[in-house]
Amino acid sequence: MKQKKALMSGNEAIARGAYEYGVQVATGYPGTPSSEILEHVAKYEEIYAEWSVNEKVAMDAAIGAAYAGKRTMVAMKSVGMNVAADSFFYAVYTGVRGGLVIVSADDPGMFSSQNEQDNRQYGRFAKMPVLEPADSQEMKDFMGVALDLSEEWETPVLLRTVMRISHSASPVELGERRPDPGPTPPFKRDPHRLVCTCVWARDSHPVIEDRIRRLGAFANTCPINRLEWGDRDLGIVTSGAVYNYAREIFPEASFLKLGMSYPLPPALIRELADGVAQLLVIEELDPFFEEQIKAMGIDCRGKDVFPMVGELTPAVIEKYAAEAGLLPPEAVKGALPSGARQIAVPELPGRSPILCPGCPHRSTFYTLGNKMKDVIVTGGIGCYNLGALPPYNATDTMGAMGASIGVTHGLDIADIPDRFLAVIGDSSFFHAGIPALLNIVHNRGKGKVAILDNRTTAMTGHQDHPGNDFTLMGEKTRPVDIEQLVRACGVDQVYTVDAFDVKAVQQTYQEALDYDGPAVVIVEGPCFFVGPGASGAYAVDSDTCIACGICLRLGCPAIYRSEQIFEKTGKRKSAIDPVLCTGCDMCAQVCPQGAIHPIEDVESEE
Amino acid sequence: METINFMITGVGGQGTILASDILSAVGLAAGYDVKKSDILGLAVRGGAVMSHIRWGEKVHSPIIPEGRADYLLAFEILEGLRHLHQVQEAGHALINQQQIHPVTVSSGLTDYPDPAAADEALKSAVEHVYHVPGLQIAQEIGNPKVLNVALLGALSALLPVEASVWETVIAERVPERFKSLNTQAFRNGRTWMENNLQL
Repeated sequence: MKQKKALMSGNEAIARGAYEYGVQVATGYPGTPSSEILEHVAKYEEIYAEWSVNEKVAMDAAIGAAYAGKRTMVAMKSVGMNVAADSFFYAVYTGVRGGLVIVSADDPGMFSSQNEQDNRQYGRFAKMPVLEPADSQEMKDFMGVALDLSEEWETPVLLRTVMRISHSASPVELGERRPDPGPTPPFKRDPHRLVCTCVWARDSHPVIEDRIRRLGAFANTCPINRLEWGDRDLGIVTSGAVYNYAREIFPEASFLKLGMSYPLPPALIRELADGVAQLLVIEELDPFFEEQIKAMGIDCRGKDVFPMVGELTPAVIEKYAAEAGLLPPEAVKGALPSGARQIAVPELPGRSPILCPGCPHRSTFYTLGNKMKDVIVTGGIGCYNLGALPPYNATDTMGAMGASIGVTHGLDIADIPDRFLAVIGDSSFFHAGIPALLNIVHNRGKGKVAILDNRTTAMTGHQDHPGNDFTLMGEKTRPVDIEQLVRACGVDQVYTVDAFDVKAVQQTYQEALDYDGPAVVIVEGPCFFVGPGASGAYAVDSDTCIACGICLRLGCPAIYRSEQIFEKTGKRKSAIDPVLCTGCDMCAQVCPQGAIHPIEDVESEE
Repeated sequence: METINFMITGVGGQGTILASDILSAVGLAAGYDVKKSDILGLAVRGGAVMSHIRWGEKVHSPIIPEGRADYLLAFEILEGLRHLHQVQEAGHALINQQQIHPVTVSSGLTDYPDPAAADEALKSAVEHVYHVPGLQIAQEIGNPKVLNVALLGALSALLPVEASVWETVIAERVPERFKSLNTQAFRNGRTWMENNLQL
């Protein structure tokens, strides 16, 4: 019988793999490009799925489920692995019973991340195997391989994808789910193994060193490592997304396609190296294979040809391969500057992301960027990071989830003469903000924190968090009250303010900044996409508008300079796109002329 | 079977992702191997979005090699111009006649490309240029949201796949209550292109 084929994104295919290969528990924290994995898993009712409060908690929960014998998956983005690292390091020592697959979606090219880390390194660092699928079919298949490996070798397995595979789609053959094993048996105690206290963990270390060495030998025969013999002039070692590009650019070459990128298969690498005139390693980001291959005493080219930064797209591979004499220049057409298409395109304005119309964060960054320019603002990850960009230019630091509160405390203990404020979203506050706030209170700090509570994890696509009354699986749950939580952390000076009242937001920040002690401002207003929706568009009364441009400082995509000129200054008056406007009213509040009103009021006057 | 490379560009919220899903599924239904890659950006609205879709006998890379797109389907003029260099000289550029101003333009800091200069760039870069009134077609049907399917209708008239295959895939991919609206959008887009080709 012909198997059913479906076109699936990489993330969808991982979820399909989790379903078919019997995963029973899946946890994670949203982060581009990984977020869709768990959203797809949640559609299979056979699998328990949750958004955990952060990646470390997700990892610990997954480890616990795997200890209990469940096939388990935990998914996160590249930098999420840093948050979870403390936990998967111990899980390598304790080992697991049910298969535990850690999915890391990396982001070469930094489309939506603060750095360009290469998480294959975590395999070597933590001493666990790493698998790297190259397309959606492999995303599904490798989930099964990873679960089997994990159970057979009693180790967590890292399944590393990248944005280009997670967000690309290709055909996948669909199969049935393997039968569920039935009710969970009582927990099997084994403290000598599962308690990582130093005296016992010392016994585990030689075991994991031996295991990773034996896994290296296994890699030589592991079927997902594939020697593809072609022309003997050039042999290429590669993996993942880059394999696809290299296969097209060097159709005649011999390949070692690594499905398991750690530990490496020494015999296969030697076989390829001995069989070709020249060995080339093509890998995105770090010289992870290259350094290990060179350490084996095998000569190869790699990062002397290709860059260590950014995606190795077909264009990049062609350009650098041609420059290194590995490709004839005529084969690469547009990739070389000399062959690039010369088109007389007019100068094109960029299109960077911006707070959406109706965004509750707008009042905060309008205030900080215009009315409180002296305040040093520490930020974090989320839509509120757009406060760093024009027209606000309000945010001074941004490094990681929850970092704003710790960094602002650092400014405090460094005794800077400026005023300072930490800005954090609701989901980030639950994720990593609470310990930092406790730290301010305990250490007698005077940090000020703005929690921008938009009731969702917005930037990654509106996932639930502990402040919501529903879970990923759509069940009702108890929402956690942020104000109570902040007070329980020991902060006595807590303000709540309506995000859509611009003046009140400014006054509240002023009061909080003047307070001699730690203070928290909770700015309440739902993200437009989880709120009550649009409430009728506004319009500018062009007779009253004096083209002062103050409304434009809100950075709202719905407000634009019209063709109507204010004669006194020769400047263009403002107008509002009624399709984009959500009626949030902020522009009407900041207009010094009172020229902005609901559209029906403006039209009835005309 | 030659590989056919499609590039879809536009602005977040215009429906380009559904268009790239449908275009990929049509290729698969027509017997091609298919790969596609979406640059989604962030969840916020209004950013630039782009998809690569490739049909062929065996497609390895989901990304189109530099300068070798056969069809550019631009949902917005500026985003079309931005990726014009990715299209082959003998290729096709379908440009939806819609301007969406980025904030730097709407706030008066820079100007939107001059239409005459844009036309000149298009003409000099690509052999086949189509100024598709996609938004107008969609609005005539009564819902600007079917812009994506209207543009696919226009594209379909240039491709060797039966209209019935397209209509089946579209019916599978859109909500039940919008089926007839989308079928109409597809047909009107296709008819527009057929009439345009006869001119």
